[in-house]
Amino acid sequence: MRVAIPTFPGSNCDHDALHACGEVMGWDARSVWHRSEALPDGTELVIIPGGFSYGDYLRCGAIAALSPIMADIRRFADQGGLVVGICNGFQILCEAQMLPGALLPNESLRFIHKDVHLRLERAGLAFTGAMAAGQILRIPIAHAEGNYTLDQAGLEALEARGGVVFRYCSAQGDIHADFTPNGAANGIAGIINERGNVLGMMPHPERAVEEVTGGTDGLWLFRSIEGMLSKV
Amino acid sequence: MKVRVLVSLKPGILDPQGKAVEQGLHGFGFQVEQVRIGRLIELELPAADRAEAQVRAQAMCDKLLVNPVMEKASIEVL
Repeated sequence: MRVAIPTFPGSNCDHDALHACGEVMGWDARSVWHRSEALPDGTELVIIPGGFSYGDYLRCGAIAALSPIMADIRRFADQGGLVVGICNGFQILCEAQMLPGALLPNESLRFIHKDVHLRLERAGLAFTGAMAAGQILRIPIAHAEGNYTLDQAGLEALEARGGVVFRYCSAQGDIHADFTPNGAANGIAGIINERGNVLGMMPHPERAVEEVTGGTDGLWLFRSIEGMLSKV
Repeated sequence: MKVRVLVSLKPGILDPQGKAVEQGLHGFGFQVEQVRIGRLIELELPAADRAEAQVRAQAMCDKLLVNPVMEKASIEVL
């Protein structure tokens, strides 16, 4: 299982992702510099990590979306390759227009870092195959711009096609604006493209893979991907 | 040639920063109904005439300077 993890100037969760994939999952995890023009041969999965690429200048993820490695990640995704963008990675995928919508500053204008609960809205995806429909995960968030937005027509289309993968919820799984930490539309925490191979999410599954750091619910994502790719 | 690009949030897009400033102004006793905060980008670019400058700046907006999901831009050639 070969995973490529690009590092942009300002990425700071790239090593967390490398640790989760390499040390915890035992995968062949490769770091890739943003100026590289190609992913490593045999790449099966790309994780675009969190952080503050290019200092969040202009808009979060806007500059990183234009970097050389993103052109190859787009090619990889166009061929059906699996891509996950976490936090800043989600912002980058939106700016690259590989996912719809945009991430605005949190309603509170504050950087929020805490564990949140997520309800799985789409089981059976390449990224969620090991999980049960409606399963609740506890995973940390750490962002200042996680307020997902999309115009009304786009939002309705996204919901209608089942593009919402994770929604913020209570510990019991209730969906309500009170449980959405950042003001995101419809409590959206993670979405998938129409083809089902590009996932973007604000919460950090790679930070929830060992009990020593507070929980292991992030493993559900990694195990789902492993289960999916081992079947190929 | 100098070009000014004024990037503002589309109507309906929540602007928590503008809201915070609005409340700040209210705190000082100012009467203001709404505050929206945008971004001013000043460009210096080569162009033979104003029309060309406009076209070039528009291309920059489309490619990078503006995110059409949440923003709109007005271009002013100086």
